[in-house]
Amino acid sequence: MRIAHYLNQFYAGLGGEEAADLGPRVIDGPAGPGRLLQQLLGEQHRIVATIVCGDDHAATTPGVSAELLGLARAAGAELLVAGPAFGSGRYGLACARLVAAATAAGLPALGSMHPDNPGLAEAGTAPVIAAGATAREMRPSLQRLAAAVAKLATSESLTAADGRIAQVARVGRLVERRAAWRAVDLVLRRLGGDTEATEIPVGGFDAVVPAAPLDKTASAAVALLTEGALVPAGNPDRLESARATRWLRYQIEGIEELATGAWESVDGGFATVAANADPNRMLPLDAARELERDGAIGRLHGEFLVTVGNGTSVATARRFGVEWAAELRKAGVQAAILTAT
Amino acid sequence: MERAGIPTALVTNLVTIAEQVGAPRIVPGGGIPYPAGNPALSPQAERAWRRRLLERALVAVTTHVDRPTVFEVDTAEPAGA
Repeated sequence: MRIAHYLNQFYAGLGGEEAADLGPRVIDGPAGPGRLLQQLLGEQHRIVATIVCGDDHAATTPGVSAELLGLARAAGAELLVAGPAFGSGRYGLACARLVAAATAAGLPALGSMHPDNPGLAEAGTAPVIAAGATAREMRPSLQRLAAAVAKLATSESLTAADGRIAQVARVGRLVERRAAWRAVDLVLRRLGGDTEATEIPVGGFDAVVPAAPLDKTASAAVALLTEGALVPAGNPDRLESARATRWLRYQIEGIEELATGAWESVDGGFATVAANADPNRMLPLDAARELERDGAIGRLHGEFLVTVGNGTSVATARRFGVEWAAELRKAGVQAAILTAT
Repeated sequence: MERAGIPTALVTNLVTIAEQVGAPRIVPGGGIPYPAGNPALSPQAERAWRRRLLERALVAVTTHVDRPTVFEVDTAEPAGA
């Protein structure tokens, strides 16, 4: 089969974060990890083109999936592979949207990313194969992907056994044991301590009933929070750049704005140049103080809380949310503004 | 935090992800690496926009919502800027 392989700017070797706004383009044949993928695919399948787009462009430009799909078709692709995106959010988003668009347009397509990738859900029912969390797991991720490509090329359906993640279109099949037996079996297993067994895995995100709104903010205590890893210059408390294991707090009592040079973002997920040039772009203290002076809010909480969202698992983020809620409630904070990257 | 009764305005550029994970109050940010910034504007205009962004965030926390709701910021330049 003739295959088009989608990569972001980084894996295609066109640059790092500074090239994240590159528009769609084509490279002949395989590039970057596509070379290993080609090797693993063997003679039967040929990567005829590598379709590339910068992560920022791909994640924020309307119609980009259609444009990328057009490039794949123009290269004569009979199948499209996107990724592996590992844990990269923007890249995962681009891959997921592209495979969804390709599948809907009748071009067999397959994505690859870590199950925790925030972009995964946008693939809808298009197939996505699990990859590792980081590029350190490139080889095993590509091995799994190559095997799945071979199956897809013969129109076989992919299942969890192939590493398929996210939604799977429902395919009816006859099973020997009746549902009643299977349901009782699951209950017995649950009573026996098995909290995982299920026939239908449920997504990792909870549904939350939103908090009641404040009446007005003029007398309220409001906190500023960020997951953009904004820390004092030099990162004295060593906040991680990815996969956070903790969160931190910093005093802003008496400070009217975040001074350039005194703060930095250590987030490993994007170019921090703009945030470092003016830290208020990450944590809007200057504007918040203005609102406080003008009486739009009662008072600004004396600290801001910070962590890094980059690659941080849902479970960890959930825990931080619980801890932040407790902190803020203890301090009498009534509303929060959280900047996220 | 919402569950704990603290209405929270999430300022982010990745609005679809925020909607999917169920964040109830979403305010579109200036850009992925600068949620409360817009380096393309002059410093004065950027500062004015940032204030409008926060004012929108305050509207979000004083508005009842049942499901993920996006509170767009007016991007028009203030007259005379």
